[in-house]
Amino acid sequence: MASQACTSGICGYLCSSIGKKQLMGVTAFLLIGFLKAHLLGNFLLLLGPAAFNEYGHKLMSLGPLLIIAEIILLAIFLTHLVLAISLVWQNRKARPVKYYSKQRTGRGATFASNTMPYTGIVILIFICLHLWCFKYGTYYEFDLDGIIVRDLYRTVIEYFANPFYTAWYVLAMIAMGIHLSHGVQSAFQSVGFRHARYTPLIKKLGCALSLFLTVGFSGLSIYGYYISTTLNY
Amino acid sequence: MSAQSMKIKLKIWRQADNNSKGAMQDYNLDNVSPDMSFLEMLDLLNENLINSGSDPVAFDHDCREGICGMCSLMINGEAHGPQKLTTTCQLHMRSFKDGDTIIIEPFRAKAFPVHKDLMVDRTAFDEIIAAGGFVSMNAGNAPDGNAIPIGKETAELAMDAAACIGCGACVASCENASAMLFTSAKLSQLALLPQGKAEAKERALGMVKKMDELGFGNCTNAAECEASCPKGIELSNIARMNREFFKSALSNK
Ligand code: FES
Repeated sequence: MASQACTSGICGYLCSSIGKKQLMGVTAFLLIGFLKAHLLGNFLLLLGPAAFNEYGHKLMSLGPLLIIAEIILLAIFLTHLVLAISLVWQNRKARPVKYYSKQRTGRGATFASNTMPYTGIVILIFICLHLWCFKYGTYYEFDLDGIIVRDLYRTVIEYFANPFYTAWYVLAMIAMGIHLSHGVQSAFQSVGFRHARYTPLIKKLGCALSLFLTVGFSGLSIYGYYISTTLNY
Repeated sequence: MSAQSMKIKLKIWRQADNNSKGAMQDYNLDNVSPDMSFLEMLDLLNENLINSGSDPVAFDHDCREGICGMCSLMINGEAHGPQKLTTTCQLHMRSFKDGDTIIIEPFRAKAFPVHKDLMVDRTAFDEIIAAGGFVSMNAGNAPDGNAIPIGKETAELAMDAAACIGCGACVASCENASAMLFTSAKLSQLALLPQGKAEAKERALGMVKKMDELGFGNCTNAAECEASCPKGIELSNIARMNREFFKSALSNK
C-alpha cells in the first residue's frame, strides 16, 4: 500500500485523525498550564517594578534551564499549530461542494467552536508581536539592590501607554478566551474523557478558566495603561 | 381530505450525474396535505413532473418507517429537516406552513458523491463496516440465553449504539464532514460486549484507518452530529472510540 509507512505503530497513530486530535488536546493542556503560570507571574506587576523585575531576573538567571524550557514550549506550540493546519486543511477538503443553505441546529456548534481556526490565527499573530515587543523589546536597566537587571516593568508600561496597543491586547485576550471556552472541553473529549456527571462540570470549569485568563491578562494590560497615564511612570 | 391543503415552494438541487454540474431549481407545488410525509410530498411533485414530461427528482428511500436509513435529505439546511430525532421519511408536511419555501439538498461530503439530484452514494459507510465493524470468530451453536453475563447498563449502551441506521446525517451536518459518530457507534456496539472484545484492537485500527482514507473530515467536538442524529446516538461513543483507538494504536506492533 502506498501509505505503508504510516499504517502502524506510533507513526500510524500520529497520521490518524484521532491521533492528531489527541495530540492537539494534550498540547492544549500543556499550553494552558503555561498560560496559568504566565498570568501568575504577571500579577507581580501589581506589586511594582522591584517585585516584577526581580521575578524576571530570577527567571533569566536559570540560564540553560530556561532555554530548554523555552525550546520545549516552542515545540509544544508548533505541534499544536502544525496539527491545527493539517486538520483544518483536511476538513476543508472533506466537503468540496458547500451547502446552499446550511443551518446550525443550535444544539451543537457554538460561536466558539465555529471560529477555532480564526481565534487561533489571532492568537498566533498576538504571540509573535508579544515576543517582539516584550521579550525582544527595548532593554532598560534597573537597579535591584545593587544588581543591574532588566527593567521589563518599564518596557511593559511603555507599551501599554499606547491605548491602541492596550485595546489590541484586550481583543487578542478575548479571542484567546473564546478559543479556550471550546478548546478545554474539546480536548477532554479528544483524549476520550467523557462522563455523564463530569463532562457538564468540565464544560463549566473550562469556561470559568477561559474567563479567568482573559480577565486576568487584559485586566493587567488595562492596569498598565492606567499606571502609564496617571502615575506618569 | 381532512386537513386544509397547502401551497409550497420548493428549491431543489438538480444534478444529472456525478460528473455534471448541478444547480438549485424552483418548483411550485399545490394540494399538499399537512398529513403527507415529506417523501409523499416529493412523490406528488414527481407525479406532476412525470405528467408534464419532465425528469422526476431522484431521492433515496426504502422502508419509509425510520429504520433503514436510506432517506437522506438536507431540508432547509438541516439533515432530515427541522424535527428532532426524526428521519426524513417520518417528517410530515404539518411541520411546515402554507406558503413556505423549502430548500432541499443532498447530503454533502467528498466521501458521499452525488449519484443524481438528491441521491448520494454512501458506500463509504459500508467500507468502514467492512474494515472491522463485525465479529468474525466462529460462534458455534447458538449459546444458552444467559450463558454470557452482561450487565444491564452495558447492554443498554450497546443497544443505544446499535440504534444507528447509518443514514449519514452526522456526516451531512458536521462542519467538517466527519464520520466519527457513525464509526464510533458501529465500533461501540461491539466494543462494549464480550463477544466484540476479542477483535477490539483490529476493529478500532481498521475502522479508523478506513474512515480517514475515505476522506471524511476530523471531529472538532462541536456536537452538530449528535444534535441532528435521528436515532439519538451520543457523543460518548466518539469518546469511547478515541479511547479504544489510543489503546489499540499504542499496543500495536
Ligand atoms: S426510508 Fe427508511 S429510514 Fe427513511
